Amino acid sequence: MPPLSQNALVNQPDLSILIIDDNRIRASIIEEGLREAGYSRVAVVIDIDAVARVVEQVAPDVVMIDLENPNRDRLEHFFSLSRALERPIAMFVDRSDTSSIEAAVAAGVSAYIVDGLRKERVKPILDMAISRFNAFSALKRELREARSELEDRKVIEQAKGILMRSRNISEAEAHALLRTTAMNQNKRMADIAQSLITAAGLLEP
Amino acid sequence: MSHTIITAGFMPLTDSMLLVVAEQQGFAAAEGLSLRLMRETSWANIRDRVGVGHFDVAHMLAPMPVAANLGLSPLPVPFIAPMALGHGGNAVTVSLDLWSRMLAHGATDDLDPATTGLALAATVRASAKRLRFGVVHQDSSHNYELRYWLAASGVTPDRDVEIVVLPPPLLPDALASGAIDGYCVGEPWGGVAVRAGTARIVTTKSRIWRSSPDKVLGMRAAWAEANPDTLAALIRALHQAALWSSNPANLPEAARIMAQPQFLDQPADLIAGALTGHLAIGADASRQVERFYVPYAGAANFPWKSHAAWFYAQMVRWGQVQANPENLALAAASFRPDLYRAALAPLGVPVPQDDYKIDGLITEPTELATPAGPLLQFPDGFFDGARFDWSALL
Repeated sequence: MPPLSQNALVNQPDLSILIIDDNRIRASIIEEGLREAGYSRVAVVIDIDAVARVVEQVAPDVVMIDLENPNRDRLEHFFSLSRALERPIAMFVDRSDTSSIEAAVAAGVSAYIVDGLRKERVKPILDMAISRFNAFSALKRELREARSELEDRKVIEQAKGILMRSRNISEAEAHALLRTTAMNQNKRMADIAQSLITAAGLLEP
Repeated sequence: MSHTIITAGFMPLTDSMLLVVAEQQGFAAAEGLSLRLMRETSWANIRDRVGVGHFDVAHMLAPMPVAANLGLSPLPVPFIAPMALGHGGNAVTVSLDLWSRMLAHGATDDLDPATTGLALAATVRASAKRLRFGVVHQDSSHNYELRYWLAASGVTPDRDVEIVVLPPPLLPDALASGAIDGYCVGEPWGGVAVRAGTARIVTTKSRIWRSSPDKVLGMRAAWAEANPDTLAALIRALHQAALWSSNPANLPEAARIMAQPQFLDQPADLIAGALTGHLAIGADASRQVERFYVPYAGAANFPWKSHAAWFYAQMVRWGQVQANPENLALAAASFRPDLYRAALAPLGVPVPQDDYKIDGLITEPTELATPAGPLLQFPDGFFDGARFDWSALL
């Protein structure tokens, strides 16, 4: 996501943006992105019960909410009744812009905007949210992978220890034995190691 | 054999059962289909994900395709419902505090919407504070039935009581914390609060509007047009799932399946109660509710266009849309009995030949003649004796 040009910022009236997300970290990542892009009127709501009050206070032009949020139905209803957002609320950037809608849904974010707001004014905000949502998902995935890699390594170390003790072999030999077995059985080394640990546990007196 | 994969969204409610059973009991596979079931957290997500094509089809609130086609939803995508996923299935639940006040105003414990409605009206008049009721979505049969029941009992929604929207799994907690005084929702979410000892079931959808749909199989009209054979196969698979689900001998197994974490994640015996109509309505009371949830019998899968017209009439009544012939036509076109009929034609099962009916004419179980033989119809219409004649809207 390229930063907005200075020129665009000058032309960008100061829209009020509200982010509703019960994931505090993701909310702050988006908030930061919007501030970096020059939007200064950004509010974040974590607790859904505070939404009504905050909407009254900040009178948002754009409201963004994560799609995992089970309170989306409640918010839609609330927005449809709310006097704070004077005009009816439209969702997403532009009803005819299906690719942008798809990108938003795929990323897991939806936006509600005050009807009549021009598309060009909101598009960069939604684009920003989409890219930040995607970045957050990638970060979560990497963390998960890193964590499971660490788990695998621990399991393999433990299995090697068992082999070294029971067979009286070196660490390199234990490692080679695990790897050969995994290759022969077309399995992951961590899986073979886990089976070995389980079996050793069963055989213990 | 490679199966055609259909991605289907659902909300954790008992009547998502037909989709689950079709996949788990092999009815989808028998039609060459494989259902990828995706649990969702909000009805808005169900609607939007079908709208942008993440889901091919979904377990959808019956009024939702109607609302979408009337321009009440954010995406300009035409939706259709070629099948209903059963009749009934929801209940009105109130807090124990409200129940004790209703008892003092003459409520009966027989789930009769007429007497409990009058007791609620008397309670509302005597209450210093405006009562608040929860429903799951604006465009839900729960919203419209709750409003119908309240209005017919002398309570004006929005003026006398407040109606708020909350997702089904959050309703029991909201009731327990006092944030709301009652709610209308599909099972098991009324039963969950009763079991927690914080609520009383006072009446049911099956008593307010007899033989009426709660959820439908919803999809984009474009998906149905592009995949006619797949859709027909899906309707047949769901038909077999509905038949299987209406055999009492299968209900313990159905409850066990639905209890699993990836579906409802609730106790099997609680779900079994919702399936058999044997409802615990309070700490010390249970009732056998006739036709509480009907997966198949009485043409419960037939998407009557007159039912779509009733939802439209409610949207007009509560100020969501304008009454005009174009809107009525859009609403009626949302339900597609022709597709249901065509899909089942090879099976030779009785299906209604009309697309519309007047609700409230059938007062006793009645056989309807069809080319494939008689079809038993159960009493329909409303608890206050009102009929709904869609042609009066023309």
